[in-house]
Order: sequence, then C-alpha cells, then structure tokens
Amino acid sequence: MNILDRYHAMDYGPAPEARAEADAWLAAQDFSRALFIGGKFVAAADAKTFDTADPASGKRLATLSEAGAADVDAAVAAAKRALPGWSAASGYARAKVLYAVGRAMQRHARLFAVLETLDNGKPIRESRDIDVPLAIRHFIHHAGWAQALDREFPGAKPAGVVGQIIPWNFPLLMLAWKIAPALAAGCTVVLKPAEYTPLTAVLFADICRRAGVPKGVVNILPGGPEAGAALVRHSGVRKIAFTGSSEVGRIIRRETAGSGKKLSLELGGKSAFIVFDDADLDSAVEGLVDGIWFNQGQVCCAGSRLLVQESVAEAFIDKVKRRMTKLVLGDPLDKNTDIGPLVDRTQFERVESLVAEGASEGALCWQPDMALPSAGFFFPPTLALGVSPANVLAREEVFGPVLAAMTFRDTEEAVQLANNTRYGLAASVWSENVNLTLHVAPQLKAGVVWVNGTNMFDAACGFGGFRESGFGREGGREGMLEYLDRPLPYGAAIRPAAPVEQPAELAEAAIDRTPKLFIGGRQARPDSGYSYAVLDRKGRLAGEAGLGNRKDIREAVSAARAAKGWTEATAFNRAQVLYYLAENLSARADEFASRLASLTGASGRAAEAEVELSIERLFLYAGMADKFEGRAHQPPMRAVTLALNEPVGVIGIVCPDDSPLLGLVSLLAPALAMGNSVVAVPSPRWPLPATDLYQVFETSDLPAGAVNIVTGKAAELAAVLAKHDDVDGLWVVADAATCAAAEAQSAGNLKRVWTTNGRTLDWTAESAAGETFLARAVEVKNVWVPYGD
Amino acid sequence: MRLRDTVTPFPARVAPGDAAANQAARGDALPRNPGMPLDLGFLDSMRAVNRSALERRAATLTKRRSIKGDNQAAWLLRSIALMDLTTLNSNDTDDRVRRLCAKALNPLRADLARALGVADARIRPAAVCVYHPFVATAVEALKGSGVHVAAVSTAFPHGLAPLSTRLAEIAASVADGADEIDVVIPRGLVHEARWPELYEEIRAMREACGEAHLKVILGTGDLATTRNVTLASMVAMMAGADFIKTSTGKESVNATLPVGLAMVRAIRAYFEATGFLIGFKPAGGISTAKVSLDWLVLIKEELGRRWLEPDLFRFGASSLLTDIERQLEHHVSGRYSAAHRHAMA
Repeated sequence: MNILDRYHAMDYGPAPEARAEADAWLAAQDFSRALFIGGKFVAAADAKTFDTADPASGKRLATLSEAGAADVDAAVAAAKRALPGWSAASGYARAKVLYAVGRAMQRHARLFAVLETLDNGKPIRESRDIDVPLAIRHFIHHAGWAQALDREFPGAKPAGVVGQIIPWNFPLLMLAWKIAPALAAGCTVVLKPAEYTPLTAVLFADICRRAGVPKGVVNILPGGPEAGAALVRHSGVRKIAFTGSSEVGRIIRRETAGSGKKLSLELGGKSAFIVFDDADLDSAVEGLVDGIWFNQGQVCCAGSRLLVQESVAEAFIDKVKRRMTKLVLGDPLDKNTDIGPLVDRTQFERVESLVAEGASEGALCWQPDMALPSAGFFFPPTLALGVSPANVLAREEVFGPVLAAMTFRDTEEAVQLANNTRYGLAASVWSENVNLTLHVAPQLKAGVVWVNGTNMFDAACGFGGFRESGFGREGGREGMLEYLDRPLPYGAAIRPAAPVEQPAELAEAAIDRTPKLFIGGRQARPDSGYSYAVLDRKGRLAGEAGLGNRKDIREAVSAARAAKGWTEATAFNRAQVLYYLAENLSARADEFASRLASLTGASGRAAEAEVELSIERLFLYAGMADKFEGRAHQPPMRAVTLALNEPVGVIGIVCPDDSPLLGLVSLLAPALAMGNSVVAVPSPRWPLPATDLYQVFETSDLPAGAVNIVTGKAAELAAVLAKHDDVDGLWVVADAATCAAAEAQSAGNLKRVWTTNGRTLDWTAESAAGETFLARAVEVKNVWVPYGD
Repeated sequence: MRLRDTVTPFPARVAPGDAAANQAARGDALPRNPGMPLDLGFLDSMRAVNRSALERRAATLTKRRSIKGDNQAAWLLRSIALMDLTTLNSNDTDDRVRRLCAKALNPLRADLARALGVADARIRPAAVCVYHPFVATAVEALKGSGVHVAAVSTAFPHGLAPLSTRLAEIAASVADGADEIDVVIPRGLVHEARWPELYEEIRAMREACGEAHLKVILGTGDLATTRNVTLASMVAMMAGADFIKTSTGKESVNATLPVGLAMVRAIRAYFEATGFLIGFKPAGGISTAKVSLDWLVLIKEELGRRWLEPDLFRFGASSLLTDIERQLEHHVSGRYSAAHRHAMA
C-alpha cells in the first residue's frame, strides 16, 4: 500500500510498542533465582519452577523459581527480622524509602508497562497510562502517610509481618496497593504475585534493592497456591491482605479463623452501571467502555450489569452497539488496541461457557462483527440483552468483556436491581441531576460509587467492598487502618461456658418475674419453650432466662433488618435516643447496681461504678453519633471523593460474662450510634441486666427492632448468627473456640467479624471505648463526584 | 424489554477507502442541510452534556489511537487537504493574500510530493479563508484550481453589527466570489437563551449565502459551558448551517478537544434525527501536525471515516501547514526539518 492508498483509506495501521528493552531485561534475569528474600534473589528451596507466558501468543516468557512452604518460612523469617528496625525507623526515614521507590518506578515506567502487557495481555495503553502511573502515585502518596503516622494515628502500632496475595489482572498496581500502605505503617511484607503474572513483581523487587529498601522489609515470592496457602497459615504472619476471587477469599477466611490475624479481602463483584434518562448518554457509553471493556473486563469492579431507564433504553443500546463496533481487538502491544486477549485458556473457557449459559437462559448475546487474531485467548466484546435478574450473566462474575443489560422503570427499581446481588464492590450512576445521583449513591450497597464516571482509582481514596465483595479498604486514610493496630485492654482467657448447676434455693421471694427475649420491640417467649436457671453469687436462683434458639435469632435478625425507624433516623435523632437511654438508665441506677451486686458478687461500689460507666458510655456514643464523620478525599482531578461512614447494617453482638451490663452497653452503643441495628446475645451466665435493660429501651423512644435481645447459650447462638446470611457484622467476646467458629462460619456471606479471640476485655479501660469501636460499626463508602460545567 | 438487536447504520454505510467517499467533492454526492423548524423540545433533550466526562474522553481518545510511519504521512496529507488556509490579520494586504493563495496551490515542496508519491494527487488545502476585502483577490488567484474561497463575515469576530449590516456583508462577499461564508453568532444570544432570535438570524444568513456554503462560528471560548456549545450547535444546524465551527481564533480559548467532542456529538444527534450530514471545523490554535492528528482521530472515532473529507471537515489554520511540511520532510529524509526549508505563505 503506498501513501496515496493510505491517504484514501485513512486506517490507523499498526503502531507497535517496542519490546526490545523488555526482551533484553528478560534475557538478563536469572529467573532460576526469582524469589526475593531478605534483600537477595534466591532459588526455591526445592528448586521447583513454573512458566509464565504471553497470553497474546501463548509463548513462554520466563521460567521462574516457584516458592514453596520452606521459602515462605524463610521469607517470613526475613520479614520478622526486619520488622523491629523498620517499625522503629522514623516516619521520615520510611517516607524517604517510599518516595525513592516511587521515583525509581517512574524512571523505569515504560519497562514496567511493557512487561505488564507482555505478561498479562492488557493493552499497552492501559499499562502505560493507567496501571503504572497509579502504582507510582500509590508509593509517593503513601510516603506522606509514613511521615504523618504518629500525628494522624496516635497510639497505633504496625500490624507486624504482613502476608499479601495479589491477582493477575493488575499485577503491579495491586502490588502497589498492598505494599505501599504496609510499608508506610511500619509493617514488613511477604508478597506473592499471581502465578500468571509474576514479572513486574520481580522487576519491583530489583527496584527495592536499588531504592534502599532495607533487607527483609519487602519479600516477594513468585509461586502458586502452595505458597499462598503456606503464607496464609504461617504463624509468623499477623495480617493477611488478599485480592482475588470470592471463592479463595472464603477459604482464607476459614483458614485464618481463630488465628488472631488481621484480614482484608478484596474479592469479586457484579457492579451495576445505572443510566438514568437525563444522563449524558454518549458519555455514559464511554463510561461503559472504561467500565466493562477495560482490561478485557477482567476487573473486579467492572461495570458488568447495565441498568438503563426504559425511556432511553433503545437509544442507549443503539449507541452502545455502535461504539462496540469501534473497539479494536488485537495485539496488546499495539498502541491502537482497546481489547487484548484474556489472560489464559482457563479464563477464556470460563467466559465462553458463562456466555453460552446466559444465552441458554434467555439472554440475547450480541457481538460486533470483528476479526479475531488467530492466536491468543481473544474474546470479542459481548452485549447480553434481555437479561433477567435470575440469569447467570446477571448474578455471576464473568471476569470478561461481557455486559449484561437490563432496564428499570424508576429510581426505586434501579436501586433494587442494583442491590439485588451478593456482591457489593462498586457502582456507577449516570445522571445530570446532582440531586438524583446523591440520592441514589447512599442507597447502593457498594464500597465505591462513581457518579458520571467509572473505574476511577486513586491512592488517596479508599477502595473495597460491601457484602461478599470482601472487607477492608485500600487507599486513603481508611486503607492505612488495615495495617495498624490500636491496642485493646485484653485480659484473661475466657473459659468455655460450664453447665449451670442446679440452684439450691430461690434467691428472694418477691412476685415472680419472667425475663423474656426482646424482639422487634416486643417481649417474646423463646421459641423452644425452655428456660434456664440464672444463679446469683451465692448459687441461688436469681431467675430463669429464656433459652433462645436458631428460630429466635431468625426472628431477631428479621426485626433488625426491618428497623427502618432506626437505620433511617438522622444522626442527631440517634444521639437524642442514646442520651435518653442514659437518662432512663440513670433513673434506675440503684436497681441495676443491686442486680449486678447480687448476681456477680461485685461490691456495691463496684456495681455502682459499672452502672455509672455504662451511663457514661451511652453518653459518649450519643455524642459521637453525629461526629464520627466521613471525609472528603482529594484525588488528582477535578472531583471530590466523599468517604462516607455508613452503618454496617445488622450486627450480631455476643457478650461476655464479665461486666454483664457494661460489656453489653460498650458493644451496643457504638453500633447503635452509627445507625446499625443489633441482635445481642447477652452474658449467658448473667443475662438479667440485659433483660432488665429492655424495659429501659421501651421507655426511651428506641424504635422497634433497633435492639433485639436473645438470651441463651452464647456458643450456639453465635454460630447461628455467624451462619446467617442477612447478618452483616458480628462481634464476639467469648471463649476461643466460639470466636474461631464464628470467624470460620462467617465465610458464607463474608460478614465483618471482630472477636477478642477468646480473651476478656477490660471494659473499664478508656481504650475499650471510642474510635476503634465506631470504626468497626461503619463501612466506608467512597462516592466519586467529578464536577465541572 | 424493547431493545432492538440491530445497529442503525451510521452514517449510510461507506466502506473505508470507498472511491465515492474519497472523491466526494462538495456539491456532488452530499445533499445540503435544509435546516428544520426550531424544535425547542429537541433542543432541550440535548442539555445533558457532562463536561468532566467529555474531558476524560478527549484525553484518552488521543492516547487510544496512534498513527505511525506511512500512515502518519498519509494522515498528515489528509490534514493538508482538510485545511482552510487562513489569514485574518488587521494588517492583511492583497499581496499577502496572493502569497497565501500561491501556497495553497503548492502546499508541498515538489521534491517532497514526489518522494511521497503524491505529486499528481493535487493534495492541497480545501479553501483559503480571508476577510471580505481580499475575497476578489483570492478568487482571482485561485481561479480554476478548485480551491474554495471562504470569507469571514457578519462583523467577525464579535458579530455585534446590525443584522442588516451583517447580511449585507455576506451578500457582498458572495458577490465578490466567495463560495463559503464563515459567520459568527452574537454570543449574547446564547447566554440569554434567545434561541428563536439566534435561529432566525442564522436562517437569514443562510438565505443571504445563497449557493455559498454557510459555516457558523460559535465562538465556543465565549460560551462558558459545553452545554451552551451543544445547544448553540443544534440551533445552528436547525437553522441550516452546512458546517459548525468552533472559534474565530480571536477568543482567549480556542478550539479544544472536549468542546469539539460536544460539537461532533451534536452533529451525530442531528444526523440521527434528520439524516443530514453536517460539517465540522475546529479553528484557532491548531498549529502542530500532532494536534491535527488528534482531531482526525476524534472525528474518525466519533463520526466515522466519511467525515474525513473536505465537504465535512476543515481545519481553520494558518501556521499548521508549515509544521506538517516539516514532519513530512522528516518522514521522507529521516532528518528533522526546519521551517525555513519550506516556502512560507
């Protein structure tokens, strides 16, 4: 073709990015020593290796040493050795290292980008313009956190040695999301990159060496599931951070149960992309391109469910199809490529079979007529129309360039459809009406909401999911918390509940009182029809409490879920109710004190002090109800990102025997203050202060369902709560076995679980109240609002 | 759910490299936009324009496409063919205009044209654009060449003379032989949302143009919002504009890609509603070969190949040509060129 022909044709033609430098780098590496442990590249202990290939051609790029359990031991040991020095280093010293890493990455930005594209198959435009710059920004941003740590997080300590496992879809960026905050917090890390995409992690390790990262602070172990499992199980690791599939996330949740490890999981998604009829439709189409046809749709927060208002659906779908015909599928190293190959054959086959299944369930799958390269795992952009909410394409994460489209009639239906999923990672809302977008954003069960945009990321903004998309945040202030510990006043180990002895005699002869369960604002008899004896300090019968069972928990959770009067109340309203509770408890302080004294054998003064401190706690949290606020983050663009503290939802609270009133109040009040509804299992041994307390609730304007009390065996009821898929959070202060079981059983819906890991807490300590508990009572939702007119 | 499963062809399908498209000279294949009654409902439906999203699209669009080697040379030749070679200075003279016309007739050094294999292709700017007093000079200088003569008109650049004066100005330029008239709108009408008045003025201008083609300059730098740009674009097209054009080159903000994006999307919406293809002319500040390619990419992606013809796309530019010549010389020789090696306009 001569120039004149080209002048007539006006095609783009090939524009390949040069790969010579990357090839030279690959040739120069000794990948048989690809494990980076204690500042040195070493071979795997058992000399095992694995291949990584270019998904565009299927050709092998490198054969790397594969880490096994022994290498994990060595890496954790190196990280442990490095921990004291690194965590004791000044914030300034750590900041300088993070800054140096960021700048060094910047100096090798193109090499990172080309390697990433070779290894992963993502278009070079994306690795060059998105992945690598964001990763660099993450390090430079977190240099600031390192230095600001003492001032911004007073009293916090680094979590310790951190095990990090990252996926193949954003290899370098996920590495940055993991390592930068950990290092800023003073942790040392052992990171395992994904098996498909280890190369940029190896280059990063080399950069660490050159940028002055102290030996052992960063350890990188290319490898597969064996190394991952060993890392998760390793007793020297104090925190696990994982990004990947919900399936593996669940396994990790179970594996770490009872270990006391901190855990953050960033898992799958089925994110809604909502287009209202007053949206800039052309721009929304581009949003979809960035949403579902970004990185071949292999994005956990991909806008894979299109919800479009009926009145504009036809016009919008036409625009989407037309735009799809313009997408360029091809060599990911070509600068004109929009869509590269999927990462691997397994992934390709999974996408293909899900599309086939969706079609068999009634979806009309449309693909533009485009030529596919003969080699490589290329999957054309796909639009599935007529997708019902039950269709597999509307429910399952495809992790491919497949968009499932549905329509809605009005805002309420849009929100219902958007929330009709087990996931809760992200959502996009498109409308030119700021009232509408800011009305919808808080209603969406998603950790990130983009208004008139999609897939915007920044180091200053938190990212992470609700529901089964995982927990924990990455980025911003909220992300730092994942690598910090605020010491709590832990006490002795809690012993498993002993069988109640038969009472010798009745404590006092007054008019008989039946303590009941408290569900949905009403006193209720236990479903079982059984009661159990509550003994006082002298072993006499103080009362007979209802023996709650799984059905009582079920009723209590339903009531808590329905407690709109509380969850939709304003913060000031909640504050006033909590103050009123304190007021009414105060009026009956003597009665509660004598109850406590007679049950627990506490001295009169101690019992009075417990009541007084309970009132003080109610006051504290009443006051914080309208003060534990979100933040406005500042990403480097014309946008504001609102980090909103939203209630977790329905929280189960399993209380200890010690301080039967103060323990309950100390857990209940922060949850209530932030707008959660609660199902509380009070002290099994001394439940009577709790059953006395519902009379205080009844006189304090607490809406029905806000607090529900089910008395009975803590271990049994905790298990029911842990396995209940409509419970969003669970706090357990109980014996170690109960705590561990709750953590393991929570894996079903990945609810947010906090336990004392079998220890008591000194509820009288100042550190047993305040921000730590408030933070646990909220989920941070980042709402991105780009602006400009 | 009512969702069609076919795509409306947009525009009437033209295969890439289609001879008809390539030869499409203005006046043959393409029917002129007759305009339509001012439809305020349609106008209102166009209000949803999200500036941030436009900016993001514009920023990534030019990074999504890259044109290298022979294709780049071909695209730069295309930029030449899509150019309204312009001089709009207060100190313009007849001789200056003659020089400009001479350049338009021979935009490329002969050795370069030969080396590129386009010596016989007559690739040259589509038009020369001047103030009214130089129309006759330009018509004379370009006679028989097929290069059009465009006159800026209607109290360019502000548009604030009495309407009768402005219409008379158009008539005078047409009488002198201009076959394209670049008119400006009074930007105040947009700020005051006086759409019927704006519509009527443009209709009158169209009528005054007769056979000459009407390019409506919106002065986007003065319009404050991308929404205003979209609305003004729609009114201009409804009133019968053959082209809509961004800027006079005299506003403090010239043609920007996000604004261009708003305008080409308005063109697309007008096409979808009426079936008529409207031309687009970014002008002001487009002075480098690279930037001209960005614009061509924007057009190809948002409107399609058909719009990369002189009857539907123009650059308003004065110094762009020299930079393109330098790039083309580099393409031929592998050496970076200097401006003084190419004949000035």
